[in-house]
Amino acid sequence: MKRHLISAADLSRDDAVLILDTAEELARLADRPIKKLPTLRGRTVVNLFFEDSTRTRISFEAAAKRLSADVINFSAKGSSVSKGESLKDTALTLEAMGADAVVIRHHASGAPHRLATSGWINGAVVNAGDGTHEHPTQALLDAFTMRRHLSGEGPGVGQDLAGRRITIVGDVLHSRVARSNVHLLATLGAEVTLVAPPTLVPFGVESWPCEISYDLDAVIGKTDAVMMLRVQRERMNAAFFPTEREYARRYGLDGDRMARMPEHAIVMHPGPMNRGMEITAEVADSDRCTAVEQVANGVSIRMAVLYLLLGGNESAVAADRTEESK
Amino acid sequence: MTMSDTDKTLLRGAKVLGGEPRDVLIEGERIAAVGSGLDAAGATVIDVTGQILLPGLVDLHTHLREPGREDSETVLTGTKAAAAGGFTAVHAMANTFPVADTAGVVEQVWRLGKESGYCDVQPVGAVTVGLEGKKLAELGAMHDSAAGVRVFSDDGKCVDDAVIMRRALEYVKAFGGVIAQHAQEPRLTEGAQMNEGVVSAELGLGGWPAVAEESIIARDVLLAAHVGSRVHICHLSTAGSVELIRWAKSKGWNVTAEVTPHHLLLTDELVRSYNPVYKVNPPLRTEADVMALREALADGTIDCVATDHAPHPHEDKDCEWGAAAMGMVGLETALSVVQHTMVDTGLLDWAGVADRMSVRPSAIGRLAGHGRPVAPGEPANLTLLDSAYRGVVNPAGFASRSRNTPYEGRELPGRVTYTFLRGRATVVDGKLA
Repeated sequence: MKRHLISAADLSRDDAVLILDTAEELARLADRPIKKLPTLRGRTVVNLFFEDSTRTRISFEAAAKRLSADVINFSAKGSSVSKGESLKDTALTLEAMGADAVVIRHHASGAPHRLATSGWINGAVVNAGDGTHEHPTQALLDAFTMRRHLSGEGPGVGQDLAGRRITIVGDVLHSRVARSNVHLLATLGAEVTLVAPPTLVPFGVESWPCEISYDLDAVIGKTDAVMMLRVQRERMNAAFFPTEREYARRYGLDGDRMARMPEHAIVMHPGPMNRGMEITAEVADSDRCTAVEQVANGVSIRMAVLYLLLGGNESAVAADRTEESK
Repeated sequence: MTMSDTDKTLLRGAKVLGGEPRDVLIEGERIAAVGSGLDAAGATVIDVTGQILLPGLVDLHTHLREPGREDSETVLTGTKAAAAGGFTAVHAMANTFPVADTAGVVEQVWRLGKESGYCDVQPVGAVTVGLEGKKLAELGAMHDSAAGVRVFSDDGKCVDDAVIMRRALEYVKAFGGVIAQHAQEPRLTEGAQMNEGVVSAELGLGGWPAVAEESIIARDVLLAAHVGSRVHICHLSTAGSVELIRWAKSKGWNVTAEVTPHHLLLTDELVRSYNPVYKVNPPLRTEADVMALREALADGTIDCVATDHAPHPHEDKDCEWGAAAMGMVGLETALSVVQHTMVDTGLLDWAGVADRMSVRPSAIGRLAGHGRPVAPGEPANLTLLDSAYRGVVNPAGFASRSRNTPYEGRELPGRVTYTFLRGRATVVDGKLA
């Protein structure tokens, strides 16, 4: 494992499979009456959230607490940050308080990278979503969910997603979830197709390890999983598409389209969903939709990431920490 | 040795414009003689054997930040940086606080330049009031002031309204002015953070597409042709822009263009570090753009190198990319970067460097006394360069008040050893006099 988790592109196939397998082990904890391990006792995990995201924050919080870490939640709103404190000074403050890991959500792409490489802090940095760049733990929990459903018998421990056909639909341009998923799924051997109106595909996308299509109906019949991305209604005002209704007609997933998917194929959504926009209620509430399951898997994945970064193995991470504590 | 104490200085063995070694005698403010074995009687003799002698460099595009942002640069520190980089004249951009959009402000900057004594400061006037692109500033008053403004620019912002641009181009014909356009279509660059391409797609940073520069250039060369005026395009950054300038020149239109040293060397691949020292406007482009810009500078399509020296305080770069200021300092590394990218690659000889960094920028700015031949009777505005030198850039040694250089730790060739401003040394043996 690496020292930080900034980008899904930094993970090798073996890194990724190790995280998925570790999450699978840790997931068993959820079935026990006492859902807690002593692994990270005495360690401090800071949730540093410059953007509101209650879902992601409580997921990381639950993960850290189940591993017995001390958790500090630092929200930019109402803190010194809203009074103009820089990222650097916030980081130095957290370092002085002895943060072993900083889970950061930031509106600026690259902020976690900057935090990890600037020398401001020594702890591990976990990217919990940065601007329109990446959201690697989301991609990991998505892959975890796919592996459980698509690997045939059992949860697929030790396996990757070789040959699985994954379709990601929606606002790719502004989506950190899409970027992380494209990297991770390619690493795991899946065949990814992005589907969006041309206005919502990034200029320069041709270097990505995936296919691009503007036609959802052309790909929906040959896919193992369809991931619907949230489309913000504001995009309409910036002329990315003419109206909500036109978007929903061409790129939304309704019952008719779902019926044309292969029988085993699942519908995924990172949440929060815009019902009636990218997904109809009928699809969202069907048993093929894994949105709620993804939330549960998110806790297991984040436990695995924190566990591996903060001393769950004997690699450089552990040695590093010993050095620093001298 | 105090250079200013003597009236006569003899430079021994200088390679004038990179040619055969010559002696150059400076008497008072002027060059008295150029030849071999000149009589040293009564002169301070400096042995500069093997060094390159160029006319003092002229920068068409410098941000001196005073008045208003003296925390990043002042006219004094900026002109010291200029002298250290071999410049004898700089054009001070108008985006100060207050904006240089009145005779009062341009005269203030002009006067501060006179007082500094390190380098001539020619103020640039804003095209529109407050750089807002709505109402023409008093261009005539700025021209008629003591500052004698001839170059007008809203640099940092584009004069995007086609009618305002047309009127400005027409209006400055009355006094031989030129509009220096920062070509950036504003709607196409809302939220822009870096070059739009493969790297921006991966990094999730807002794209600054080449077409936003090229569409304005296309419009403005056509406007300049239509009204018969002069337009100068600031900091060309794309291969497409080069093609447009080449086309406009082929028509015989009065169009000139500049390129910055950083656009001759650096690419958007560097942004992968998310280090804001690489954040600049226009943004770093691709390798193909860099090569097209070098070729265009070599063949004269691009007239000159201009630094776009843009000092920023440390805190404005010591942060996340999105929050960081755009710009790089460049005065003290410009000649080294040009040697590295143009001379050492065989694209340009030293006479070509003199043309692109002194003669042509002076002509565009109609600046008297600069960009002149190295010949008897001419003003002794001169720069000497040790081109054999190799050194690692260390911003701690900069004369500029700011340190935001993208070259820190990079080895670059060449070192300015002497700069003379009208016969008086502003740099002696590589140090400010």
